[in-house]
Parts: sequence; C-alpha cells; structure tokens
Amino acid sequence: MEVSPQYAVQMHGITKRFGAFTALDEVDLDVRKQTVHAILGENGAGKTTLMNILYGLYQADEGGIFMNGQQVNIANPNDAIQLGIGMVHQHFMLIENFTVTENIILGDEVCGAAGVLDMRKAREEVMALVNEYGFDVDPDARIEDITVGMQQRVEILKALYRGAEVLILDEPTAVLTPQEIDKLIEIMHDLISKGKTIIIITHKLREIMQSADECSIIRRGVYMGTVDVKQSSETELASKMVGRNVNLTVEKTPAHPEDVMLSIRGLTVKDERGIEQVRNLDLDVHAGEIVGIAGIDGNGQQELVDAICSLVKATSGTICIAGQEIQNTNPRNVLNHSVAVIPSDRHRWGLVLPMMVEENTVLERHGEDLFGKGIMLDYDKLHDFTSKLIERYDIRPAGCEEERMSGLSGGNQQKAIIARQVSYVPDLLIAFQPTRGLDVGAIEAVHKTLIGERDRGAAILLISFELDEVMDVSDTIAVIYHGQIVGTFAQGTVDENQLGLLMAGGEAQ
Amino acid sequence: MESIILLLSITLMYSTPLVFGALGGVISERSGVTNIGIEGMMVIGAVAAATASYFTGNPWIGFLAAGAAGALVALLHAVASVSFAADQTISGVAINMLAPGIALFACRFFFDGAAMSPIATKLPGAVFGNMSINITTIIALLFAVIMWFVLYKTKWGLRIRAVGEHPAAADTLGINVYRVRYACVLVSGMLAGFGGASMTIAIISQFTQTAISGHGFIAMAAVIFGKWHPFGAYGACLLFGFTQALVVVLGGGNFIVPSQILSMLPYVMTIVVLILFVGRSVAPKADGVPYVKGSR
Amino acid sequence: MKQFEKFLRSRFAAALLAVLVGFIVSAIVLAIAGYNPIQAFAALFKGAFGRPKYVANTIIKATPILLTGVSVAFAFKTGLFNIGAEGQYIVGTVLATIVGVKLNLPMPVQIPVVLLSGIVGGAALGSFVGWLKAKFGIHEVITSIMCNWIAFYLCNYVVMSDTFHKPNSSSALAVNPSSYTMILGTWKKSAAGKEFLAGVPWLREVLLKTDLNAGFIIAIIVAILASIVLTRTKLGYELRAVGFNRDAARFSGISVERNIVLSMLISGGICGLAGALSITGTSPHTITLLAAMESYGFNGMSVAFIAACSPLGCIPSSILFSALIYGGMSVQQVMGAPSDIINIMIGTIVFVTALPGIAPLLADMVAKKRRAEENVRVSKDGTPLPEKEA
Repeated sequence: MEVSPQYAVQMHGITKRFGAFTALDEVDLDVRKQTVHAILGENGAGKTTLMNILYGLYQADEGGIFMNGQQVNIANPNDAIQLGIGMVHQHFMLIENFTVTENIILGDEVCGAAGVLDMRKAREEVMALVNEYGFDVDPDARIEDITVGMQQRVEILKALYRGAEVLILDEPTAVLTPQEIDKLIEIMHDLISKGKTIIIITHKLREIMQSADECSIIRRGVYMGTVDVKQSSETELASKMVGRNVNLTVEKTPAHPEDVMLSIRGLTVKDERGIEQVRNLDLDVHAGEIVGIAGIDGNGQQELVDAICSLVKATSGTICIAGQEIQNTNPRNVLNHSVAVIPSDRHRWGLVLPMMVEENTVLERHGEDLFGKGIMLDYDKLHDFTSKLIERYDIRPAGCEEERMSGLSGGNQQKAIIARQVSYVPDLLIAFQPTRGLDVGAIEAVHKTLIGERDRGAAILLISFELDEVMDVSDTIAVIYHGQIVGTFAQGTVDENQLGLLMAGGEAQ
Repeated sequence: MESIILLLSITLMYSTPLVFGALGGVISERSGVTNIGIEGMMVIGAVAAATASYFTGNPWIGFLAAGAAGALVALLHAVASVSFAADQTISGVAINMLAPGIALFACRFFFDGAAMSPIATKLPGAVFGNMSINITTIIALLFAVIMWFVLYKTKWGLRIRAVGEHPAAADTLGINVYRVRYACVLVSGMLAGFGGASMTIAIISQFTQTAISGHGFIAMAAVIFGKWHPFGAYGACLLFGFTQALVVVLGGGNFIVPSQILSMLPYVMTIVVLILFVGRSVAPKADGVPYVKGSR
Repeated sequence: MKQFEKFLRSRFAAALLAVLVGFIVSAIVLAIAGYNPIQAFAALFKGAFGRPKYVANTIIKATPILLTGVSVAFAFKTGLFNIGAEGQYIVGTVLATIVGVKLNLPMPVQIPVVLLSGIVGGAALGSFVGWLKAKFGIHEVITSIMCNWIAFYLCNYVVMSDTFHKPNSSSALAVNPSSYTMILGTWKKSAAGKEFLAGVPWLREVLLKTDLNAGFIIAIIVAILASIVLTRTKLGYELRAVGFNRDAARFSGISVERNIVLSMLISGGICGLAGALSITGTSPHTITLLAAMESYGFNGMSVAFIAACSPLGCIPSSILFSALIYGGMSVQQVMGAPSDIINIMIGTIVFVTALPGIAPLLADMVAKKRRAEENVRVSKDGTPLPEKEA
C-alpha cells in the first residue's frame, strides 16, 4: 500500500528477530486517521512485538514506519512520545505506591527552578485533563487503592497528558467486567470524535466487532491481511487468526454430580495488611461437576486458593475435603487429601524453571517410594514416568525429559503442569486461570482435560478471570465479589450481563 | 553528666561513617540496585583518604579523594549489575574481596610495605564544652537532608524511586533506567568513600587493616531498619553508633564483661534490630532485580 | 568455528577466562607499581610447585578452602549465599580446640570426637543464620557477616581466657597429640621411620618438613558426598527446588523453612569440619588471635564461584587458589612486591565470574559471524515462536 497522509500510522515490511526466532516477518499495518484499528492474533503471534516496535521499545530489523505520510525514526519511547504515540500496556505500567498525579507526570514533570517539583500545578493540569475527557479519577489517590478500571483510565490519561494523537491499547479488556468494557468502548469512540486514532491489540473477537472499524490479522508473525469489520463475521476472523476452522463452543455432556467433595463454610481470610480479602464465604463443589468462579482479578480468588491449600491462615471458617476439615494445616496435608492445583502463575507457583522436565513432573510426589527407595531419588524412574506423560499429553519437544523446564514454550509448560496434576488422579482439581497466555488449540486441550477429569468423577473448581471460559466450561457458575460469593447459577440460566453486574458489585435483575 | 556527654559525643562520632554508608545504600537501593559492596567501597575510601591527606597535608583533599575512589570502585559494581545484569550479591561480594586487596596493596606500596599508614592530618572539628563534633558529622547530616530533598521533592527523586519500583514503567515514559541506576550506584560509592574517610581522617588518623570492620554491612542493616528513607537510616545509624560508643566507653573502664565479649555488641545489636524490624519494612519492589530491556 | 563457539559456552571457558583476566589485571597493577609481572608470576609458580614440600604445602593449604568452597557451593546450589563460611570455620576451630584440649581419649575415639565438635560448632552457627532467614526473612548475607565478627571475638575471648590461654603468647593451648591427623605422624619420627626416609629424600622432605595430613582426603570425600546429596537424593532435590523457586516448592508441599535451616546446617557443618581439620592436622594445633586474617571462609567463596558452585569442581579450583595464595607469599619474599596482589587477582577472578554474560557473549559474536558466513536464513515456518509472556 502506498504511503499517504490519510493514514495516521503505516508500518511496512516490518521484520523482527530474537536470536534464531523470527517474531515478525515482513508485517504491514495501515491505520486510517480517526479510526479504531484492531490487531488480531493469538498469544505469541507477534501483535505486542509489533506495537512495541511502534512505541520504540524494540527496533525492527527491517522495514519502515510512516506517520501522516512522512517516514519517521523511532529509536526509543521518547521519540514515540514526541511523535504523539501513547501506549497502554496490558500489564499496567503504573507505580503502585505513587499517586495518580505522580504517575501521570513521571518523565515529563511540572517543575519550578532546578528540578524542584511543583505538585500543585501538576495536579491542576491533571484535573484539567480529567474534566476535559470526563474521566472519574481522583488525582490524589494511590494506584494501589483504586480499581482496575480506574487504573486503565490513568494509563490513558498518561498518554493524553503527553499529547498523544495515536493511542495503542494492548489487550485492554482482559481485566474488565462487561460493563467496564462497554464504558471503555464509549471512551474510545469519544476519543475518536476528538480527533484521536486508536490501535487496539486483542484476541477477543466480540470486542472487535463492537468497537473496531478495521482489523489486521497476524498469525505466527506473518501478516494475514486487513478486513473491514462491518463486512466480516466472528467466525471469519477466527479462522483467519488460527488458520483453520475453529469450534468456538465447548462440547460436553450434562454433569452427574455426586457427593460433596469440597465444602467451605464461613471462610474469612486476611492479607498481610490485615484487610479481609475473603469474607464469610460459602461454597460447595460436588464430585462429577465443574464449578466455575467468575470474578475480576483481586476479589479474593488468590486468597481463596491459598487458604484451601493452607498457604495462608484462615481467620475463621471451615474447609472440608470429603468431610474432613483441612483448614490451617499445611500444603502437604492438603495434597494428601487428594487435592491437585493448577496454579494461576505457572512460573511462580507451578514450576522450578531451572530444573529438568523430569524433575518438575514429580514436584509433589518425589518423596513416594515409586521414585526411589529411602533417601535416594531414582532418576531412571523419573525418566520413565515423565516419558509416559510427555507422550500422553503431547508435550513438545518429544524427548525433553532431561531438558530444563525453562526451555519449553509456555503452552507446553502448562501442559506439563496439567499432566502432573492429573497424574495424581485427584478427587478435587482446582484450576486457577488454567488457560492464561495459551493459544486457541492449547485452550481447547485444557478444557477437554478438565471435562475428562469431571467425567472420571473428580470435583473441579475452575477459577478464571475470563468470563467466557467460566460460562462455557462450568456446570455451575458462582460469582465472587469482594471476597464473597454473590450469586450461584446453573449453566445456561444466566447471561453475561447479569454476571457482569454481579462481578462489579451490582444486583442481578 | 560528663560521661553522658562523652557517650553522646562518641555516638555521633562512630555513627558518622555508618551514616555515609547507609545513605549510599539508600540511594543505590532506591534505584533498584542492591549494593553489598558498600563495605569494600568504604575500605577504599579509608585508604585513599589517609594516603592523600598524608601526602598533601590537606585532609580535604583526602576527603575528596576518598569519594572519588569509592565512586571508581562503584563503577565496577554498576557495570556488573546494570550493564551485565549480573547477580548483584556476587558482584558486591567480589568487590568486598577486591577492595581490601587493593587497599593493602596501595598501603604497602606507598608506605614501604607497612600494613598501616602513618598518622595523617585529620579533618577539623568543633568543641562545645565537653563535646567535640567533627566536621564529617555535620556533612553527614547535611547529606541526609539533601538526599531527602532530592528523593521526595525533585523530579530526579521521582524518577529514581520510579526506577526502583517499576523500571519497565519508567522505561516506557522515556526515562533511561540504566543511566539513573549508574548515577545512583556511583553516588552510592562516593558516599561510601566519604564514610571510609570519616573513619580514617576523622575518628582515627590513619589507615589500618581493621579500620573498616563490618561497618558497611551494619550500614546496610541500617538501611533496612530505616525503611530505605534517608532520615530513617540516619536514626538507625545513631543507634548502631551508640552501641559502638558503649564498647569504647565501657571497654576503657573496669567493666565486668571481658572486652572481647563487649566488642560483639554492635554485631549482636544489628541482628536483634533486624529480627525486630525486618518484616515491617518493605524494600523497593525492583531492589536487586537487574533490568533487562524488553522483559517485564 | 562451531566447536569453538560451544567451548565458549562451557563453564570451563568461563572459569578460564576469569583466571586469565585475573592474571592480566594483576600484571597491569604490578607493572604500574614498578615490578616485572613475568618475574612475579615465575616466583609465584616456583613458590607453589618448585619443591616437593611446596607441593605438599599447597595441598595442605587447599584442604580448608576446599571444604569451605564445598560449603559455599552447597548452599548456593540451594539458593543461599553462605558468606558466613569464615565465622563457621572459626567456630569450628574454637570448639575443636576446646574439646581437644580438655579431652584426652585414645586416638581412634579422640579424632572423631574433636572433628565432630568442630562440625557441631559450624553447623550451629550456620543453622542460626538459616533460622533467621526462614523465620524472619532476614537476608543471610548481613546476618552471616555479623556472625563472622561475633565468631572472631569469641575466638579471641577463648584465646585470652584463663583456662585456655598459653602464657606469653597470642594463642591458646595446643590440643592433645591424640587429636593429630598427620599422615604417619608417629612413624616418621621413630628410628625405623627416620632410617627409611633417609633413603627417599623427596618423601623425607614432604613428611618431615610439612604437616601432611589426612585432611585433604577427607575433604575430597566430603566434596563427593555433597555432590551425591545434591544430585541423587530426595533431600538434595528438595533443597534445590526450594533454592530455585521457593513459592513453587511451598505450593508443592515442601517445607521451605525446614529446608533453608537444613541447608545452612549442612553448609555450616562442612565449614566447622574444615576448622577442626586445621586444628588436628597442622601446627600450631590451636587457635590464635589472628583468626580473622586467614580468610579461609572468604577464599572458599572464590573456590566455589570459579567452580560454578559444583562441589566436585571445587577440588581443582581449591588447588588453584591454594597455589595462588601459598605461592603468592614468595612474591613478596623474592621481589618485595606486596603479596596483596594475590587478593587483587582473586577479587578480579570472582568479579569476572559474577558477570554472567562474558564468555557466552563472545560465543554470540562467534555465532553471529558464523551465521553471516553461512548465510543461513531463519525459516519462518516450523520454528516455534518465543512466547511473549507479556
């Protein structure tokens, strides 16, 4: 496509390599002024890399960038900011113990003589912006005290404060409720009407249909073309993104719940600061069913899992596995009650990355006689055991038993964790964000495994920040808000809007 | 009464090297670089001060030489921990091994193979009745105030704290994380060098092998105890200086506890203070984590 | 080219490079100070290996730093930085001396008892540091340094105490000879022994002019054991898992606190053994006021780092450092150059090993050149893409 001033941003023939990997291979992008342009692709397809190049965080190995018809050179974020580009990262780039104002002015401070901060003037400038765009943000609040939605608006303000004309939003809806997403789309359209251009990175099809004018698709670092969203459909976008026809629904048979496996009554958990994160929570999970917990990050999900695992102390309440109380014991005791957990952050909680794959597959079970008598650990047995898991769960590369776990891709690391947890044949399987960062194929495999375990008779507790996942996979849906279960529904008896309202602390109609 | 004034005067004197070291720790860790090498930088400062002061006869040149020497050694730490993303603890430990070697080598080189320097000219002090205060004590207090002002009232401070909390965020706003960290580590080395100088040309008047004996590490404990705040660290150093003063005052008299056991006091005190306070004090989030562009 | 690149990525290359830089830097320092570096290094080599008794002394001096090296390496492999090896070594010497002076049992009982008391001393101090870390989360580096000084003053206290002080000296009483671990200690001084040795001059020199003792053999056994524990046992597995990722270990039901204390207990015990072996194996068979000057613990860290914290790798690296330290003394005797040059060299070596990237960086440069030469185009299909864990 030719270079023209009617485009706010054009990136032509962008190639980026990391060592031997080619993350982007001659990718093109043409963004018309005053439009919302979506970039669609799976996790790891290269969307974020492309935008990091536009923002000057990486340098392209080949290719050129043009703005308003002029070639530009972006060597670092400063250049990007000068050119009027602002970026809101998926994981917010906010300093938690700074105030909203401090975060907004950082790097472009309002100063008196000799670099002395003029906080009063800074606050006025921030307030002016807040009023102009009608954002509901307190300039004096600390980031750690405000909601995720507000933090996102602070990020947008940061860009606007620097005079951004082109705004890049990286997976902006991942952490929002449906209502907050609606509000964000409203903000986006308002910004467009005020002359801004927006690039939104996402893998969520519905939001593209709702918000974007055009959509460029990247698959495994290769540009697959740009479509006019109004002329397209979700299924068309999906097949372009994945490269084959995908089934967007999860197939499963009705559940046959049996006895209660996990029973929580009146559970209260405080964090280190003494604030109640889980408050008087009740929950039952039966054998043979999947209970999904919907909720926004930070509403007590982590503390709930930690309390079940006895990683933190419960202030009050009981947690029973098959009728036996296990609260406030220790993680080993909980595991001995046939509980297996797929943790939310696999690098932090799930794996010992510098150790070998075959060592990682027995993290909970290395003490068993199966893996060596007495004090010795029998590495031949670890090897055989791991080979079976690798084959059965298609962990790649084949024959990676003695590779370091850090050498595997994220999807395969997750497969290894799930293989390990399922290998215990648990009575209760807790899956916390089990598909985080995985691509469509891997997500399907995880969901199949969860349903398979349910059909074997295990009780499954699924906790996810992805509302679609909870709605598609669970037999029973519970909503968590401020550490309490605020609603429980059988699958199919509740719609997204009702759940969204509950997740945000409202009342369901 | 007299002994209380004496104790106070010795407390101020002995806390001064610690204050410099601790301020060095504060600035470095606030920018996200753990500096275990403070001890080594103090040793280098100690020998540089005594040597320069001895040869020039001007203790102020000694003081400045100490700052420069400390900063030079800190440059090594900055290269390792900022540019090479090395393990900051190992780098610091290496500096603590290297520094005494360099110090003694220099000492023997300049002073005909002796492991201690001759008596050098001391920095001036003021006497108020029974109380004498060395100028370094005042400079240390001044530096604490300046550091507080810079960290909390200027844009440079805002940036330093941002880099120590969330370097990737600072980077996306066009702040050069590496440059900020280099600057802070160099300043940290300079301050540690001053700390060494305030031992060898203010408290005693020569360099000896044991002039700096764990002071850098006690200063690091003061950083934690003082919650990474210049005034907090200052207060913590006064406490540790007080225990050292006790050793000096009690060790001289006919005290029942043997002097060797008494000498343990500052070190025992440090451990006790850490037990009581470490959990309640939160380090800068990115402290000790090398920043590699592109990773988060 | 490709093999060279592979070699550059190996640990051995990294160690070699560090030693090389160490020599270069000290050569420069020596040259600036007006000494001929070649002469100095020749004196160093002669001092370490020039005569049979020098070789023997190099091995004898390698014993404590091999053990403290294994101790540091063991702790490091489990995620802990035992900078307190120095203090644990000192406490080992102190307890071994106390027990060795007070007890006088038959040799086969006396030696194990004295060694064990050294181990207990080191292990106690080590596990105290581990406990402070496990229970209160205090960084082991600061507490171990404080413990080093406490141990130093404890040693001085014992040396000067009425019970143990040897009059008119700066040392304590020597342990009873039943604690001695010198090789052929009684035979070599007997008439038969002297007669035999008269015919074998090199052996005579080694046995009669040095304190050749069983320590180095024991130290090698400990190094092998430490390696087996780390890589082949369930205990080692847990220790390493805790060291690499505390959160994941806890999540998997492994007790983090217990393993931290255990690791420091073992690490400290090894240092304590090193101290005890010095007392039983070498003159003056007692502790002195100069405990802090010997730096066996700190040199152990250098030994461990250059060996990339492999306990077995500590065996050759302890010989290397022992040769540097022992041979380095003759640099001063022969040339008058300050022997502290050796500390500068050792410090430089450790500093370079702390830089993780240097040898691999060279390897990358070689690889880049090779790729350019072969003109390999990286395929766009089939290569798994790097995961962006955004």
